[in-house]
Amino acid sequence: MSATTVTTGETPVFYQLEEEHHEPGGSTMLGFWMYLMSDCLIFAMLFAAWGVYGTSFAGGPTSHELFELPLVAVNTAMLLFSSITYGFAMIAMQEQRQGAVQGWLALTALFGAAFLGIELYEFSNLIHEGAGPWRSAFLSSFFTLVGTHGLHVTFGLIWLFTLMVQVARKGLIPANVRRLQCLSLFWHFLDVIWIGVFTFVYLFGAMR
Amino acid sequence: MSETLTKMIFGRLSLESLPLHEPIVVATFAGVALGGIALIGALTYFRLWGYLWKEWFTTVDHKRIGIMYMVLGLVMLLRGFADAIMMRIQQSMAFGANEGYLNAHHYDQIFTAHGVIMIFFVAMPFVTGLMNFVVPLQIGARDVSFPFLNNFSFWMTASGAALVMASLFIGEFARTGWLAMAPLSGLDYSPDVGVDYYIWALQIAGVGTLLSGVNLVATIVKMRAPGMGLMKMPIFTWTALATNILIVAAFPVLTAVLAMLSLDRYVGTQFFTNTGGGNPMMYVNMIWIWGHPEVYILILPAFGIFSEVTSTFSGKRLFGYTSMVYAVLVITILSYLVWLHHFFTMGSGASVNSFFGITTMIISIPTGAKIFNWLFTMYKGRIRYELPMMWTVAFMLTFVIGGMTGVMLAVPPADFVLHNSLFLIAHFHNVIIGGVLFGMFAGINYWWPKAFGFKLDKKWGLVSFWCWVVGFWVAFTPLYILGLMGVTRRLRHFEDPSLQIWFVIAAIGAAIIAVGIAAFLLQIFVSIRNREALRDDSGDPWQGRTLEWATSSPPAAYNFPFTPVIHDLDAWYDMKSRGAKRPVTGYLPIHMPKNTGTGIILAGFSLVIGFAMIWYIWWLAAAAFLGLLITAIVHTFNYDRDFYISAEEVTETENARTQVLARLGA
Repeated sequence: MSATTVTTGETPVFYQLEEEHHEPGGSTMLGFWMYLMSDCLIFAMLFAAWGVYGTSFAGGPTSHELFELPLVAVNTAMLLFSSITYGFAMIAMQEQRQGAVQGWLALTALFGAAFLGIELYEFSNLIHEGAGPWRSAFLSSFFTLVGTHGLHVTFGLIWLFTLMVQVARKGLIPANVRRLQCLSLFWHFLDVIWIGVFTFVYLFGAMR
Repeated sequence: MSETLTKMIFGRLSLESLPLHEPIVVATFAGVALGGIALIGALTYFRLWGYLWKEWFTTVDHKRIGIMYMVLGLVMLLRGFADAIMMRIQQSMAFGANEGYLNAHHYDQIFTAHGVIMIFFVAMPFVTGLMNFVVPLQIGARDVSFPFLNNFSFWMTASGAALVMASLFIGEFARTGWLAMAPLSGLDYSPDVGVDYYIWALQIAGVGTLLSGVNLVATIVKMRAPGMGLMKMPIFTWTALATNILIVAAFPVLTAVLAMLSLDRYVGTQFFTNTGGGNPMMYVNMIWIWGHPEVYILILPAFGIFSEVTSTFSGKRLFGYTSMVYAVLVITILSYLVWLHHFFTMGSGASVNSFFGITTMIISIPTGAKIFNWLFTMYKGRIRYELPMMWTVAFMLTFVIGGMTGVMLAVPPADFVLHNSLFLIAHFHNVIIGGVLFGMFAGINYWWPKAFGFKLDKKWGLVSFWCWVVGFWVAFTPLYILGLMGVTRRLRHFEDPSLQIWFVIAAIGAAIIAVGIAAFLLQIFVSIRNREALRDDSGDPWQGRTLEWATSSPPAAYNFPFTPVIHDLDAWYDMKSRGAKRPVTGYLPIHMPKNTGTGIILAGFSLVIGFAMIWYIWWLAAAAFLGLLITAIVHTFNYDRDFYISAEEVTETENARTQVLARLGA
C-alpha cells in the first residue's frame, strides 16, 4: 500500500479515493475462531468441575465400576473417523468437486450419528443402573461434560444437514465455502475436546 | 379444567403468582401499565411503529444500535435507582420497634434486583453502547465486522432486561443477592421462580454480550483504516479491545456456572448442593472467575473515555500513550489472577490468600500510572472545563479514594474484618459510580453532539454533575464509617439506635443523587428543545483529535465517503494541522449491509423460552425453541444481505455537507 507511506516533499495522502475491494466475510474466520475459544472456556469450566468432583462418589457407584472402555473406544473411533471424512470433504471442496463434498459430508454425518447413538445408549444404561446425574456430584459432572459435548455434536449435525442443502442449491460458492470452513473448525474442535474427555474422564476415571 | 391439565398448560404459573398482596408492587404496576399504554398509544397515534421497525429495531447500523443500547441503559438506570432509594429509605427508618415499610421478602428481592440491574442492564449496555457507537468511527470503518450479529446481540440484552422487569409483576425475583450464591440459590432454599428469572435473564443477555464481544474484537483487529497500526489506535479503541477480549474470555465462565446451577435446580444434579458430594464453594469460585474480570470489563472503557476527554480538553496529545496501552494490557491480564480476594474468608490458607492479596495490590500500580498520565496530560495544558472534563476531574478525585479502600480490602487480615461489611459496599460503589458511571456521563456529554448534531445543555448538565458528585459522597461516606463499625450488608432492620443518623445521612445522599438523575433527564429534554441554539454543524465541536470528529454529525450511514488514511496517532488532529483537504468529488457507490428483522425475532423466541422455562411450561419452551431453530436456519438461506448506496446518493449527501462547511468557513 504505497498510499500510506509519506515521502518527503510530497503532500501525504489522507483519503483513499479508490474503493478497495473488501472480500465479504473477511472477518468471519477470526470471529468464528474467537467464538470457538469462548466455547472452549465453557468446556474448561466443565473439566474443572470434573477435576473437583471426579471422585465425589457420595457412596454411590464409582467411575471404575461404571465405565466400559471397549464401548468408549468404539465411540471415540466413530468421532475420529468423522473428522477424517470431514477432512476429505474439505479436500474435495478445494478441488470444487461438489458431488464428492456431499458424499463425504453424508459419511461424516453417519459417523457423527453413530457416535451420538452410542453415547445415548451409554447414558440410558447408566440411568437404568441407578447411576443418573442426580446420584452424586461425580455423575453430575460426568453427564454434564459428556452431555455438553454431545449437544455440540447434535448441533453440528443440524448445521451439517443445513449446509448440505445449501451446497446442493447454490453450489460451492464463496459463502458456502466459508461456511464449510467454519463447520470444519467446529467439527475438529469437538474432536479435540473429545480427546480430553476420553483421556481425563474415561481413562483416568476407569483407573480410579 | 382438571388440575393436571392446568399444570400442563400453565406450568406453575397461576393467578397467585401475581403479587397482588404487595401494595407497593401493585401501585408500581399501575404506574408502569398506564405509562406503557400512553407510550403505545402515542406511538400508534403518531404512526411511529413503521418508522421504529424500519429505521431502528431492524437496523444493522452500529451507530443506531449503540444509541438503542444507551436508551436501554438509561431506562434500566431508573429502575435500578428506584430499588436503591427504596433500600435507603427502608434502612433509614427501620430501627428498634419500627419495621420500616418493606417486608423481608420484598426487601431481599430489591437488593438483588438492584445489583443485577445496575451491573448487567445499566453498566453493560452503557459500555457496549458507547463502544458500538464510537469504535467503528474511531478506526475509520463503515460498520462492525458482523452487523447482523450486532443487532441480534442488542435484542438479546434487551430480552434479558425484559425478563427481569417481568419478574416484578409476574412472580418474584431472586432473594439471593446479585451473584445468587449457592446453596442459597439451590432448590432447597429458593424453590420459587426468583432464581430461575435470574438465571434465564442472565443467560439470554449473556449470549448477546458474548457475541457483541466477538464482534468488536474482530472489528478492531480486522477493520482499521489503512495506516492505523496497533500503536496508532485511539486509546478508547485500545480499551474497547481489551474489554471485549475480557468479555470473550470471561462470559463463557458465567454461562457454564449458571448452566450448572440450572441443572441443580431443574435436573437435580449435585454440583452446588450440600448433599451427594456437591460443594457450594465451587460456585463461589467459579462465579468470581467471571465476576472479577467483569468489573474490569466495565472500568476499562471508562478509562478510555477519560483518556480521550483529558487529551481533547487539555488540547494536548495524551501523555504516556505507550505506557497507557501497556497499563491497559497489564490490567487485562491481572484481572484474571485476583478472583479469590472476593472470599479470603473461605479459608484457603495463608499462602493462597497472600498470593491473591499481592496480585490484587499489584493491579493498583498500572492503575496509578494511568492517573499520573492523565495528570501529566493536563499539566501545562489549556484546559477547557466543559462537562466531559468536569466529570473526568471528579472521577480522578473520587476514584483514587475508591482505589485506596480497595487496596485496604486486598490485605487479607483487614478483609477478615471488613468482608461483607458496608465498607465493602461503599468501596465498590465508589469505584463503579466514581469510575464507570462518571465515565459514562463524560462519554455521553462528549459524544452526544456526534450522535445527534447538537451539544447537551450545559446548565442542567452542571446541576446533574454537582448533584451526582456531592450526592455520591453524602450517600457513601456514612457507609464507609458504618462498615468500619462492623455493620454488615443487606440488613433490613437494626437494633442499635446510635447507627440511625448515618443511615439518614446516606438517604439524604441518595435523594441528592435522585435530583442529579432528574437533572440529567431535564438536560436531555432541554437540549432537544433548544437543539437549534445548541447545533454544531462542523462535526467537530470540541476540537477533537480522533477520527470520529472527521465526519458530519450525525454521521451518514456509511460513516466515511472515502476511507481515511492514517499517518499518526490522533489522526484527525494530524489531518487538521497538516491541512488535509476533504475530497469533494469522485464519490463511488458504497457497499453496505441490509437491515433485517431476524435479530429481534430470534431474541423474542429466546424471551419466550426463558419465560416458559421459569414457569415450567414445557410445551411452550419446546415450541419456542423450535421456532428459534427454524428462524435461525431460514436466515442462513438468505444470501442476499447487502446492497450499494448509489454514487448519486453519496454525492447528494456529501454536497450538502460541503455547502454547510463552506458556510461555516465563510
